[in-house]
Amino acid sequence: MCVSVLKRIALSLMLAGAIGAAIILYVTRPQGLPDDALDGLVADAARGEVVFWAGGCAACHAAADATGEQKLVLGGGQRFPSPFGTFVAPNISNDPDAGIGRWSAMDLANAMTRGVSPEGAHYYPVFPFGSYARSTLQDIVDLRAFLATVPADSKPSAPHEVGFPFNIRLGLGLWKMLYLDSDWVLTGNLTPEESRGRYLVEALAHCGECHTPRDAFGGLRRNRWLAGGPTPDGKGNFPNITPGKLDWSEADVAEYLNSGFTPEYDSAGGHMALVVENTARLPAEDRMAIAAYLKRVPPIE
Amino acid sequence: MNKVLLAVLTAAAMSAGAAQADEPFAMQIDARQGIMDYRALQMGVMGAMVKGEAEYNAEAAQKAADALLAAAALDMSMLWPAGSDSDAVMESAALPAIWADGSDVGSKAMALVEAATALQGAAGGGIDALKAAFGPVGAACGSCHKAYRKSDG
Repeated sequence: MCVSVLKRIALSLMLAGAIGAAIILYVTRPQGLPDDALDGLVADAARGEVVFWAGGCAACHAAADATGEQKLVLGGGQRFPSPFGTFVAPNISNDPDAGIGRWSAMDLANAMTRGVSPEGAHYYPVFPFGSYARSTLQDIVDLRAFLATVPADSKPSAPHEVGFPFNIRLGLGLWKMLYLDSDWVLTGNLTPEESRGRYLVEALAHCGECHTPRDAFGGLRRNRWLAGGPTPDGKGNFPNITPGKLDWSEADVAEYLNSGFTPEYDSAGGHMALVVENTARLPAEDRMAIAAYLKRVPPIE
Repeated sequence: MNKVLLAVLTAAAMSAGAAQADEPFAMQIDARQGIMDYRALQMGVMGAMVKGEAEYNAEAAQKAADALLAAAALDMSMLWPAGSDSDAVMESAALPAIWADGSDVGSKAMALVEAATALQGAAGGGIDALKAAFGPVGAACGSCHKAYRKSDG
């Protein structure tokens, strides 16, 4: 009898565990936007090009040594080592099979704002949907139209090199529940220029993805917004770009995002050089807006 | 002028600090970082004119461009021993890729010499000529830093 009671308890526990797991998986399942989310939005590919450069798509999805027109060849392949494994940028060219040529605007919107693929799988947050989630759906619709104008590259995407347990994408739903937060980080009264800067920094240009430190599970520490931290490969540091550390003038910041030159005439290196190649293509007012925003961020020493 | 003097003193103080550290290849690393600083100072003289922070001065621009070309054309080959990369030495920001197979650091250095030569020919010829030749030098700096220098500041 004793044995049968124990058996029953064990069975109940297993059942409870299974139900619990099912609930968690259900709650954190990949979820797209409502079907009518994009209704009434009209795409403008020319505006989409500004979104493209502001979003820095080419900084990761084009070859690192691409220049000029090659920046529009979005075949992927750049490698991003991290404590969770090495991520490889996928092909987002206009190729219908290897790239995203068949994607609808809704597919792109779900990818960028929900981190969900057209097949309904979670993306890893190395794709900065945590920031892109703050973009306007109009911008995404425009970007979709622009991406339809870039070349096709038939080279297939390389798989990420990520080991157990991080290769189980279902777990990413839990990560999203904990960390995906599309509220603005900087709140309060902002001038129109500062608001534009906030939109660029916090949403499209996704500056916080590198310049804000992360906790042990890879979530951004919003209370250390833009305060810098170690690089994912552990070999260096992302600089603190809050006014607590960065004492450049707004003109200096705008110049850096245009030419790559610091006020001391050093020039941007590594991935930041790629970022500058993108910000250099923005209208000058957008670089000034970024600078204006950075002056408003809470200073952190 | 005070700003330049301050920058020189700062650079000198930083170099002195690095030399005291007991790291391998400290002399070589100091020397190459010093050469980079020297180039940056010349770029700063011309950059201030390009940005409109300083009035264009043909003589000063020419002097800076001459000095930049001289520094760009220096034989630095003895300053890059294997094992003086950013993985091996903390003071260094020079990525191991410089020494790896397929490295094109030599042709990137040549690209700088070419751009600096063009700038040297243009700097004294008016602000527009200076502006036009200044950008490609910046691009040459950036192209090499992108591939071969650690990104943190």
